[in-house]
Amino acid sequence: MAEQAARRTPILAPSAARPEAAISIAPMVPAARFALRLPEAAAKAIGSAAGFRLDMAINRSAAARDGRLAARLGPDEWLLHGPETASEAIARDVEAALAGRHFALVDIGHRNVAIAVAGAHARAVINGGCPLDLDDDAFPPGSATRTLLGKAEIVLLRPDEAPVFRIECWRSFAPYVLGLLEEVGREFAGA
Amino acid sequence: MLLVTCPHCGARPEIEFRYGGEAHIARPADPSALDDRQWAEFLYFRSNPKGVYAERWNHAHGCGRWFNALRDTASDAFLATYPAGQQRPDLGGGR
Repeated sequence: MAEQAARRTPILAPSAARPEAAISIAPMVPAARFALRLPEAAAKAIGSAAGFRLDMAINRSAAARDGRLAARLGPDEWLLHGPETASEAIARDVEAALAGRHFALVDIGHRNVAIAVAGAHARAVINGGCPLDLDDDAFPPGSATRTLLGKAEIVLLRPDEAPVFRIECWRSFAPYVLGLLEEVGREFAGA
Repeated sequence: MLLVTCPHCGARPEIEFRYGGEAHIARPADPSALDDRQWAEFLYFRSNPKGVYAERWNHAHGCGRWFNALRDTASDAFLATYPAGQQRPDLGGGR
């Protein structure tokens, strides 16, 4: 496996989400993330790899053991997510599970920054820059998709029933994304 | 907001997509056998109808896949979308 690059300074200071607040916009702690590309037929055949489920519908995510999560972003693309300390273990396990198949596994843990948006007005704040329908009917728990927030490309996840949305964006976009969310959030701060 | 139905992701806002020009234009099997006129026609000449038009779209800020769509150029209504590689649905228009 490639050597782990030294992590650069976090671009956003992590803070704790407050789901009980009207709106809570909190950068999350660093995490392990991988972009997995694998032919659709292979994913269907093996079903899961290293505990990550791969055969869910497109734009759905599935939680796995130890705080891991797999999100299917396209027919042949998955975002694998886990605690930062599990980075090397995930890479090793997935490579072992897919040995002999054509696949690409890229560590994007340092490329992405996550921001948790929670609270009663979370949908309205995200919709301040994202045109997707975030109603429960259109974006139910377990949804995950790449989309746009303002001028930045993001991956938007809603891992479970809790009305907490996780926004993943590129590191260099993070100050812009956080600034945009906070700007929209001011509208709801006292509500 | 114009919604485009990605064959993989369903109805999505138009700004997630990029346009890719006319669909179903096959590259000539043996370009060296063509004269300049025929090559220019392959490269540059498109049908440009008023009505049903088959065109390529890329869900750039979504699943990243290319697909084809039938769009009415007069009304801007999408009549059908289908994965790349599939036959064009018979909804009239085109060449």
